Amino acid sequence: MGFPILSLLTFLPLVGVFFLAFIIRGDQEFVERNAKHTALFVSLFVFILSLMLLFEFDKSDAGFQFVESYEWISLWGMNFTLGVDGISLFFVVLAGFLTPICIIASWRSIKTRVKEYMVAFLILETFMMGTFLAMDAFLFYIFFEGVLLPMFFIIGIWGGVRRVYSSYKLFLYTLLGSVLMLLAVLTLYYQVGTSSIPDLIASPVAANLQMWLWLACFASFAVKMPMWPIHTWLPDAHVEAPTAGSVILAGVLLKMGGYGFLRFSIPMFPEATQYFMPLIFWLSIVAIIYTSLVALVQTDMKKLIAYSSVAHMGFVTLGMFTLTTQGLQGAVFQMISHGLISAALFLCVGVVYDRLHTRDMAQYGGIVKNMPRYATIFMILMLGSVGLPGTSGFVGEFLTLLGAFQADILVAIFATTGVVLGAAYMLLLYRNVVFGPVTNKEAAAMSDVNARELLILVPIALMVIALGIAPNYVLDRTGPALEKLQNHYEYHIGQDMGDTNNG
Amino acid sequence: MDSIYTFSALQPIWPELFMAFMVLGLLLIGVFKGHQSTRLLTFLAIGGLLFVAFLLLQTPTSKEPLLHGKIVIDLFAVNMKLIFITALIASYLLSIKYLYDTGFVKFEYPVLIMMAGIGMFFMVSSHHMLATYMALELQAFSLYILAAFNRDSLKSAEAGIKYFILGAVSSGFILFGVSLLYGFTGHLNYSEMADVVSGLTGPERTGAVFGMMFVLSGVAFKIAAVPFHMWIPDVYEGAPIPVTAFFALVSKLAAIALLFRLLLGPFETLVADWQIAIAFLSVMSMTWAAFAGLVQNNLKRLMAYSSIGNIGYALLGIVTLTSQGFSATLFYLILYMVMTAGVFGVLLCMQRDGVVLRHLEDLAGMSKNHPVLAYAMAILMFSMSALPPFSGFFGKLVIFQEVIAQELYMLAVIGVVSSVIATYYYLRVVKVMFFDEPDMPYTGGFGPFRSFVITASVLFAVFYILFPDSLMPFTQRTVNDLLPHGVEPIELIKSSIEAEQGSLPSFQELMKNAFPVER
Repeated sequence: MGFPILSLLTFLPLVGVFFLAFIIRGDQEFVERNAKHTALFVSLFVFILSLMLLFEFDKSDAGFQFVESYEWISLWGMNFTLGVDGISLFFVVLAGFLTPICIIASWRSIKTRVKEYMVAFLILETFMMGTFLAMDAFLFYIFFEGVLLPMFFIIGIWGGVRRVYSSYKLFLYTLLGSVLMLLAVLTLYYQVGTSSIPDLIASPVAANLQMWLWLACFASFAVKMPMWPIHTWLPDAHVEAPTAGSVILAGVLLKMGGYGFLRFSIPMFPEATQYFMPLIFWLSIVAIIYTSLVALVQTDMKKLIAYSSVAHMGFVTLGMFTLTTQGLQGAVFQMISHGLISAALFLCVGVVYDRLHTRDMAQYGGIVKNMPRYATIFMILMLGSVGLPGTSGFVGEFLTLLGAFQADILVAIFATTGVVLGAAYMLLLYRNVVFGPVTNKEAAAMSDVNARELLILVPIALMVIALGIAPNYVLDRTGPALEKLQNHYEYHIGQDMGDTNNG
Repeated sequence: MDSIYTFSALQPIWPELFMAFMVLGLLLIGVFKGHQSTRLLTFLAIGGLLFVAFLLLQTPTSKEPLLHGKIVIDLFAVNMKLIFITALIASYLLSIKYLYDTGFVKFEYPVLIMMAGIGMFFMVSSHHMLATYMALELQAFSLYILAAFNRDSLKSAEAGIKYFILGAVSSGFILFGVSLLYGFTGHLNYSEMADVVSGLTGPERTGAVFGMMFVLSGVAFKIAAVPFHMWIPDVYEGAPIPVTAFFALVSKLAAIALLFRLLLGPFETLVADWQIAIAFLSVMSMTWAAFAGLVQNNLKRLMAYSSIGNIGYALLGIVTLTSQGFSATLFYLILYMVMTAGVFGVLLCMQRDGVVLRHLEDLAGMSKNHPVLAYAMAILMFSMSALPPFSGFFGKLVIFQEVIAQELYMLAVIGVVSSVIATYYYLRVVKVMFFDEPDMPYTGGFGPFRSFVITASVLFAVFYILFPDSLMPFTQRTVNDLLPHGVEPIELIKSSIEAEQGSLPSFQELMKNAFPVER
């Protein structure tokens, strides 16, 4: 089995939690300082491990790699199995990358209960890693739903004015979807006789049953994604969450929904996927156009970015369910790109929020004069979100639209309008905040980004450009796994077509 | 004939005999040494219970009824009694400090709990309707007195009276049901009754079903399943907290054990009839408790609704009609019992200047004043709402796994949706503790025994995920021992459907058709 890199990735943060909870004692200042350093150290170590995983990953292999399996619930034949393939690889790296960034971003802005905050982020990292690495459906479920626990506290304790409402909403919306997925997983377990994800993929159930199971899984992943019309928890959660909470929410947690579709819905229920494809298409179109229009009229910066996230996730679901090579590749790429860009945009909002303590666009304006470095970084990210060629956002949107044109031209035409609308609201945001006349003296007196903020923003901005110039680094690694998924889907659909033709 | 009353021939019921003598002994000590001897009596009782556990492990088990067919000491009975002993010891540990702190320390308290314990022991062991009734009443009377134990408090007295009157009504139900059954079968002994019932047809069978339904209603009252739940919020609220803890920990488990014995004993062939009844109780309890719990501000009432809801989930296991399902019910209740012990431990710590606090708002800001206690409570609340990775999740997982395995999809959907609704009131507790501004700190102190119970309960909730195999074989063994002739109840229903072709579609089919699937 070799070096248990995946278990380390998953459980190392818990070692940090143990250290924080039981070993660090003393006066408050000492505890806070050490809590920050411990959390940063642990999360950086996890990030390095995730990079090692990325370099060691064999890009020609479409199956699961680094598989680790331990006996868990032997009564039901459930094993504790972790593995990584081309689909999950970059999500693991993304989670590993964003957690230390979140911790650095909270260095000064979190002033109360610092130790608990760091504990919550480390627990969250364990659950995120576990979700992407689990190869057993029950294990996946435990991690997937466990994420709610730290997120509930992060929003509820360190959030804004309406934090209680938002944390309830996040928790209950997601939970309701998740429990239905649990029933689907249980049903699969009884129909197929195993809970191992590769085995479940290998033996799809009867088409009629697939419909119900697909809908149950859809309830879970569509809430998490979030798809229109069950996206309403997201703007609330984003607005009330502390900056780092928004970063992790937009950067990683939303991707769990998309990952779930790729890991469960499409391969396990191919016939149902084909049946529900138009539904997904039209929900995606509504999400892209409607939420873009909603974003246009927002005055709250975080809310605008939150709505833009829903629109961008619309591209992801659209691309994914075209089941074309370009669409699938584009969907995964768009998720990674959006994970970086939206995370960085929330960090940008956090930078000015820390100085002025308002998210209202009208309070800003003309800050390019006193914050030139900030304006530059913000511009790169804004253009990435718009999808300018040369940034990662372009590759994702372009590939998903290519896929959409192959699947359904009408859908693709509607989706393309989203690109224009996306440019409209992002440019509006940028103009109102960075350019324009100086309306607020306090805004004009803000200091430019400091070294700590540069440390977290610059790497992301560089990544956005790097992925825009050399997308193949990602596409080469996601390719084989997605091709396998596509072949698997087409094989099952083709088999059905064959059946009906013969019959 | 005489030989059955020799000392060694009575070995199977030594534990009960020992407990009965202990009750007398404790009473005598109490009378001579006064109320301040309560602590001593409690420790003697715990020691005695440990000895009883030792005796139980030595007890030879057999399916043959003893004492003229009144009592049966099988593996099921012994295992259930071991669980009761754990719960009894936990409730002793929880109560000591409270009794001294609040000043109504009375030596009868440990004695009454022990007496209720004897009643429960006989409830799981009885093999005869009259013995069952006697055991039930022995337990119930101890509980009535305990509910009114703080006799100077109006609420406590009200709780006692309410419990007594409604309890008497339910006993009446049971007795009426037993008399109907006796009229239609001519027997009170479980196995003889089962033999006659299986042969009944037509109106006579209907009569027996009526009798069974009355008995089941009485038992449903004891486990507080909706619509027989009205007493529980008031009694939980009025009774002193350690007594409430005792109700929550032990009394339901005993009633469920009795239910198992009845359903798989005399009523085994009426399976199609009781399945619907239990399913009704289960669905009503789950949904009603989920909604009614939302508006509770008193923590004890909240726990009452929580217990109603949890009984609903536990009953789902019975509805599946498989030994795995029954085992899941038992498993679920054990997990619930452990969590409840911890929750009541926390509630008992909430005192300010000798006054016990019982409102949700009193938890405000607990995470700042008493972080350890607040984290313990939060973990237990999440565990109760079945959030992974805590133990409560595994309880619900096992139940729903069996429900899905029997393709009762509609029940599973109702169950998970009401569990999400119920999550809201558990979340409220966490919210008040963590998100609200702190109130004054508590002054009662934790006490070593209470801390021990809380710690054990939290550790169990957190680390159960590492040993998911540990408890299920035990519950499975316990339940398998109870199966009539080793046959799964589901097989009985299949054969009875085959026998009456063209009758109403069974409940099983009805549930499956809710989600039409081609096979």
